[in-house]
This record gives sequence, structure tokens and C-alpha cells, in this order.
Amino acid sequence: MRSVGKNVSRREGPEKLTGRAVYLDDLDIPGCWHGVTVRSSVPHGRIKAVKFDPAFPWSDYVVVTAADIPGRNVVTLIEPDQPLLAEGLVRHREEPIALIAHADRAKAYEALKHVTVEYEKLPSVLTIADALAVKEKIYKDDNVFKSFLIRKGDVDQALASADVVIEGEYRVPHQEQAYIENNAVAAWEEDGVLVVRGSLQCPFYVVKALKVLLGRDESKVRVSQTVTGGGFGGKEEYPSMIAGHAALLALKARRPVKIVYDRHEDMAATTKRHPAVVRHRTGLTRDGRLVAQDVDVVMDGGAYATLSAVVLSRGTLHAAGAYECPNVRVRSRVVATHTPPNGAFRGFGAPQTLFAAELHWEKIADVLGIDSLALKRKNLFKIGSITATGQVLRESVGAKSCLDVVVRRSKYAQRRKEYDRWNADPKKPSWKGIGVSVCHHGAGFTGSGEVYLASRAGVALTRAGALVVLAASTEIGQGTNTMFAQVASDTLGVPLDWLEVETPDTHKVPDSGPTVASRTCMVVGGLVRRAALDLKAAFESEHGRVPRTRAELKKAAAALCGAKPARRFEVQYEKPSEVTWNDATYQGDAYGVYSYAAFAVELEIDRATAETKVLRVTTAQDIGKAIHPLFAEGQIIGGCLQGLGWALLEEPVYNDGVMVNSQLTNYVIPTSLDAPPFDVTVVEKPYSRGPFGAKGVGELPMDVPAPAVAAAVKHATGRLIATIPLTPERITAALAADAEAARV
Amino acid sequence: MRGDARSMTWTSPRTPAQAVRALAADPRALAFAGGTDLMVAWNMGLLNGRAVVDLSRLTPWRMIRASRDGLSIGSLATHAEILRHPAVRARFSLLADACATVGAAQIQNRGTLGGNLANASPAGDTFPALAVYEAVVHCLGPEGRRALPLLEFFAGVKKTRLKPGELIESVFLPSLPKPARAQFRKVGTRGAQAISKTMFAGALWLDRDGVVADVRLAFGSLAPTVRRLRAAEAFLKGRRLDAATSAEAAQLLDADVSPIDDIRSTRAYRLAASRGLLARFLAGR
Repeated sequence: MRSVGKNVSRREGPEKLTGRAVYLDDLDIPGCWHGVTVRSSVPHGRIKAVKFDPAFPWSDYVVVTAADIPGRNVVTLIEPDQPLLAEGLVRHREEPIALIAHADRAKAYEALKHVTVEYEKLPSVLTIADALAVKEKIYKDDNVFKSFLIRKGDVDQALASADVVIEGEYRVPHQEQAYIENNAVAAWEEDGVLVVRGSLQCPFYVVKALKVLLGRDESKVRVSQTVTGGGFGGKEEYPSMIAGHAALLALKARRPVKIVYDRHEDMAATTKRHPAVVRHRTGLTRDGRLVAQDVDVVMDGGAYATLSAVVLSRGTLHAAGAYECPNVRVRSRVVATHTPPNGAFRGFGAPQTLFAAELHWEKIADVLGIDSLALKRKNLFKIGSITATGQVLRESVGAKSCLDVVVRRSKYAQRRKEYDRWNADPKKPSWKGIGVSVCHHGAGFTGSGEVYLASRAGVALTRAGALVVLAASTEIGQGTNTMFAQVASDTLGVPLDWLEVETPDTHKVPDSGPTVASRTCMVVGGLVRRAALDLKAAFESEHGRVPRTRAELKKAAAALCGAKPARRFEVQYEKPSEVTWNDATYQGDAYGVYSYAAFAVELEIDRATAETKVLRVTTAQDIGKAIHPLFAEGQIIGGCLQGLGWALLEEPVYNDGVMVNSQLTNYVIPTSLDAPPFDVTVVEKPYSRGPFGAKGVGELPMDVPAPAVAAAVKHATGRLIATIPLTPERITAALAADAEAARV
Repeated sequence: MRGDARSMTWTSPRTPAQAVRALAADPRALAFAGGTDLMVAWNMGLLNGRAVVDLSRLTPWRMIRASRDGLSIGSLATHAEILRHPAVRARFSLLADACATVGAAQIQNRGTLGGNLANASPAGDTFPALAVYEAVVHCLGPEGRRALPLLEFFAGVKKTRLKPGELIESVFLPSLPKPARAQFRKVGTRGAQAISKTMFAGALWLDRDGVVADVRLAFGSLAPTVRRLRAAEAFLKGRRLDAATSAEAAQLLDADVSPIDDIRSTRAYRLAASRGLLARFLAGR
């Protein structure tokens, strides 16, 4: 009967496997037109004129500009600074200016060639350095969207009295989510209700944005998710933009309109991971105990605030790494540039700062002459550790367990010696290296975020005897539907196949908050479990027991529902009593709990070409409880591969504020041939507040690869390269610079 | 997807003569072999309104024929067919190795040697091997047949010396003595589905006393078209291959190539990696 902890079959698996799953572009919507977007071609400029070729048959088309917006011209998220359609000013390349729809997709694209936008070009700020120097004012007086400061102890005093102080600067680039299905939505009006369907992660975000844009009541907007080909954060906030576009076109055309981006448009125009520069100044005792960490973080937010403040928050809260230190200061800023806005991407700021925190140990190891692994062991979080925000880690701290498993299974010490011998032989064609990282990742929203969200989820019992999980959490490939059914059926003690999972449709399900932040299983799964417990109690008190057969279920359902078609058992998030957080001081329990991961990577670098082959990955990840072990392993392998791509291959190339390699030919993500063998161990240190002990798993795997890869490259080549991706070009240039320095 | 099939016309001639006539009649018409490059352009909407001449019915042009004189590869032979052909593997292994690095299995199953040549990318995967084998490209056009040595076939980036209406019929690889050493090496952006940053093919013949009797060295992706390393080859011929000679030859690379910085790589990296590959080949490692 029990399904939690078992690899039950994926609910939507057969449909996807046989090609029957209907993605947005496959939806056959009668009378549907196709929408396309006129975009800016300068990074910063005043729009002088938008000219429509008078010889073109515009009467066959519907054209929308900012003047057609019935409500406010803003993409509602955190700050109301981003227009849905640029008016007067463009602040980045590929910014939407106007929309065009036609019955024929090719004719819609053709129309783009007959629109010219004339600009008065304005000076642009395209880099973090220029933004900080306030070369031009973009946002307020200092170009800083948001800053944070975390303080613990007295850092200045501790640094002054430390045995050694070691400094380092680390840089990470943008990253493209590269989901397999590009952004796509459709919109139409039906009995006075605007219906939006789309490939998206957060249906209620879209409702909130459309309410403001269209100036209509929430009840007159209905958003539901179609089968979604991946998200990785890339469909967290951007669908609010593209859904607004489709809605405006549909309302003006008085017919359904689809907008489906092609790969080039999706890569060039939509959000990326925030690039970052992170500086560390670390004080230690001579034997390697941390006494002070002074960390400075700067991220590039792009032209509008979008989610940057929250991304920065998570980055800030992870910036000191998974280590205990008595004196910590983290200063962080996210700045505005004239580039397309950056946004949510698996890890959400943490991979950026954890890269620096972890790799910095390699530098410390060199100075102290102590192996980085020994240093990490000495300082690693354990039960009772106090974090930079003063959070006491009371339970479920698997950092050391994960590290022990990885060190043992990777044969770290043996490999290190073996590779040292290999690298010392000048006749060998390659260098080999092994690197280890260990990271933590807070599950759920930051600080008081979950309290503000006040998420709801439920289980419904229909009079006909159907059991339906009600949640707004979207299935984006990670196994949400299956996991909810497992949690609900095991809680009720009924067979798994009795449970249905409702499509995330804002007219059918309660607002469970967004499908982000590794929160779906731990937080929303926890709500589903509580709702199922309520239903179980109702069965017991009103029917005498939980039904054991389908026939009995029908009888019980009739009794419980009475005259109503269904009974909903809904619950709302309740903050665990032990969690306290102060937004003003950034002190307290930043997250209810953390997941932990350790990761060892072995790689081989060709001495002639610096091409890097990843030989093997060994990882152990403490996620509390694997509700579905195979899905958990899938998240771990997939997330780690995405991290290996970021570490070694992926580099959006920007020129004049726009990504120039916006195709999968030249934006290089790993193929199956680039994927190494993975040795995955799931460590289960249960969390008392998670369903069946579960914590988050979605993002954690993204944190660990990059610092381990850079450490392995250092082991192989002797060179600490503090900027990723570690392409053959970057490794070759670094080694050439060393050779040059050695000559001089 | 911005390609619009309805805006295009499609003809499938049954004979080479019909194909040539169809292409000669419309200077903007596109010859479609495997389509692996054209479909990329089609997806971007760059081929809307064009006429397509589909070559798939010209089945004799798929033949691979081995003779004592050499090997004739029909222009419509796919990379997969070439890399599996016993004569290619036994006598022209560099070409088999090169075909095995094109795209991935799906691309190798559709992409053709003729299409690869006609597309004339600086990064064409088969070109360094063909340059080492001194391949001859046989063409058929409105004015009849002609043969072009490989290095004369290319006119620049994505440009060939094919005349309007002219099609590649086959590629001939003349027989050659078995080299003492032969190597193909592609440096791509990743394990598969990769465009090359640099690409090397080399073959070396030694006298009985270890002196270089003949050597052919070619690089792709380092110039607008594939290049033979004439300076290094001339330097090496008649010399004994020791470490100093190899190192000096590797430095002569620059005389015949002119790599650039682009979105895939840098000039500095391309030169460094290419010198490394050349040195390794000459050292026999």
C-alpha cells in the first residue's frame, strides 16, 4: 500500500513518452491567431517614432501598442518598474515595443520586417563596473536595485587579530535555462473571463499581473498550465510578460491569440541567471579555523528589478558557505544595467555565492599548506552550529555525512595521489584532477517569505468518490503530480491510484504559491499531507474509518458530501513555532531547514588543447527523505549536469547589450556524451516539519558542481582560475599567462 | 519556427540533367541533399519564398565505388554510409574518422558529403581529411562536366566555385601508399553536436632511415577555407623527425592559417591548440 519511498510510475510518463502530451503549441484552438513581438534594437534610447510601412496590408492584422493597455503598463512582480510594452524609452535590447497578430504565423513574422523603430540613442551601461561607477543613472542615484547587510560578531576586529587573512575574487557569468520547450502562451475571452493557458511555473503570478495590466477583477482572469517542457526558473516570472502580450492581442482581436517564441527569441529576450562578482576576505587561525568572513557580492540585475532583490537575498544568505564562523559580514548589491533583465534560475543566487565560498578554500589551502578537504571538515556545519544570521541548526544537518560518503566512494585520497603522479610525468598527454565541494541550500522561501505567501493546498472528495489533490504547484518535469499523489495516498492509507491531481488552474485550485525555491515537496507537499490528515479524520468521524474499497469509498463520499458535489479539505501554511526571522536586521532563521550536498568530480584535461573531459562524479545529497528515489536521483543528476555545463561550457556572449550566441548551436549545453558517469547517494536526515521528513532537492544539485570543477582544474593544472566557465580558451589563456610570467 | 513551407516550391527531378536544368532556370533555387544545414536556415525563416530542388531521387549519386586508382564517393552518400564503408575505413581512414565527428547520429544519417562541400563552412568537418587525400570534386552543370581539386573548389566563407546550375556529382580520392602515421582530430565545443574550433588531419610517410619522405598536413576552422600547411610540409620533407624539428614545424603553422576571434573561440586558443595537435602528431604520440 505505501508508495512513499518507492519508484512508482510517473503519472504523465506514458503521454510524454508516446508523444501524446499536448504542449501549448500543439493546442488546437479554433480561430486562433499568432502573435509576434516588435523588439528594441538599441540598449538604451528614446523612441522617436514607430513606423508602419504604409504599403503593407495592416488591415489584415491586429497591432497593439502601449496605448491599448486598459490598466497599468507594468509587469507586476515586486517593483512596478518594468513596462509590458516600452513607451518613450527603451532600457535594453529586445525590449517589447509593439505586438502584431495575424491568422497565419508566417505572415505575422513577415509583418515584423515592415515596422521600423527610430531612436535617439542614449549612452548605455552594460557592465557591473560601469553600473557601480554610475556612468549613467539607471535606477535611483546609485544604480542599486537592492542591497543587504548581514552582520555577526565583529569582523574588523577579528580580521585584525587573525593569524592569516586571505583575499580572493570570483566571477560567474549569465546562464540560460535552456528548457526544451520555449515560452508559449495562449489567451482568449470566454463569457467575460480572460482565459490564459501556457507553459508556466506560477499561474497565480500571471493572474496578479493581468489584474493590474487589464484593470479587471481577479475573478475575471483564469490561468491554467499546459504540459510544460521544463522551467528551471525561466518560466517563473517571464510568463507574466508574455501572457500580458497575448491577452492584449486577444482582447483587441476579439479572438484567441497564441504567442510561441522560437529559440532565438527566447534566448535573446528572456531572463538568465544573474552574473556576479564575489570578493572574500577571510581570517583564520594558522591551523585553519575560521575566525572572520568578510564577503562582498555584486550581481547584475539587468534593466528592471524583476526578482533581483529576492535572488540577491538568497545569494546573500548562502554567501558564507556551509561553515560556522564567529564573525561574518556579508554586503551585497544588485545593480541595474542596460541588458535584458536577469531572473530566476535553479539555485536563485546561491550557486553564484557558493561558487566563491567553496573555491576560496582552495586559495586558503595553498596559503596555509593544509588540504582544502581537511579545512572544510574542520569548519563544516553540524547540529548546533550558528549561521551568519544567528540561526541555530537544530536538526537534519547532513553536511558531514554527505562529505564522508563522497570522500569514501570517490576514493578521494587515493585519486589525489594517483593524479599527482600522473601530472608529474611530462610524457602523459593530459592532466588529471579531483575536486570536492560541499554546500547547503535553504528550502522554501527566504526569511518570512512563506508567511507572506500564506500558501493553501487541499484534497477534495467528490460525491462520486474521486479523491483530488488541489494545488497550484506545476509539474515541470520534476514529478510534482506523482509526488502529491504519493503523499496524499500514504497519508490517507489508500491505494495510490485512488488519487487524482487537479491541473493547476486558478479557477479550480487554491493559491499554493509559486513552483520555485525547492518548496513544492517540502512546503506544499506538507500542506497536502495536512489536508489529507483532515480528510482522514473526517472519514474516521463521519464514516467510522478510511474506506478500504472503491465501493466503500463511494458510500463514504456520499455520506461526507451530503448534498454538495464535493467537499474540499484545504489548509493554509503555518509558520513552525521555532522559526523566527527579522527582515530589518536580517537575523534569525533564514530558512526552516537546509538540504546539504557534497560532490567530487574527476576530470582530465588534454595538454595540447585544454579540452576537459569529466571522468566521474560522486555525489551525496541530504534531502531529508526521498519521496520518490528515482525522481530525486533524476533531479540530482540533471541539476548537477546543468551545473557542470555552467562550470565548463555555457557562456552567453553579450555584444552591445544583447546575447549574440542565442542559438543552441553556439550556446553550448552538455549533451549526453558530455555527461559523466554519476555515483549518487541519497542521504536522509529527516526534517520534522517536512512531509515524511522531506526537505528540498530541486536546486541543491546546481550549487555543488562549479566550485568542485574549478578545484579539480586547479589540481590538474596547478592554476586557480576564479572565473567560470572553465573553457579550453580560459584554461589556455591562464596557463599562457603563467608561462609568460615565469619567463619575465 | 519561422520557415513557411507554403511559400516555397519543391521539385524532385528524376535525372541529373533535369536537376541541373531546374537549378539553372532559377538562380535563387536551392539544391537539397540531406538538408541538415538548410533546415537550420529554414527554421530561421531565411528560405521563405525560395524554390527547392530535391536531389533525393538521384540514387546513383549515393554510390561509393572503390577501384585500384582510388575511391569515388557519390555526392549524396551520407556521412554514416561513408564512415561504415570498408574501403574508406581501410584506405582513407581520416575521412571515416571525420565523418564520425559530424553532428551526431541523426545528422550523420542525413547529411551528405556533397552537401557538406557545397555548404562550404570554414568548419566543414570532412575538409581537412579531403585536403590530405587531395580529393577531386567532380561537377555537373549546364556546360557539362568538370573536375576541381579540393583546394580550388572553395572560394571563401560559405562560397564555392560552383557555377549557376552546377551540382557536385562525386568526389574522387586518388589511391596513395599507406602512411606511416595518419591522424584526424576535431576540437569541438563539446562531445557531440559540436562545431569545430580547430580541426587537424595529417598523414606522414617515412623513408627506411626515418627521414620524412612525404607529409600532408591540413587544418580546418583556422582560415576562411581549409588549409594545407605548405610551409611546414616543405620544412619537414627530407628531415629526420626529432623533437627540435617537430617544434620548429609546429611554429610554421602561422604561415598558412589566419584564425579569428568569434563566438566559438579565440584566435589565440585556436593557434595554441593547433600547434599542440601538430606537435603531438609529429612526435607520434
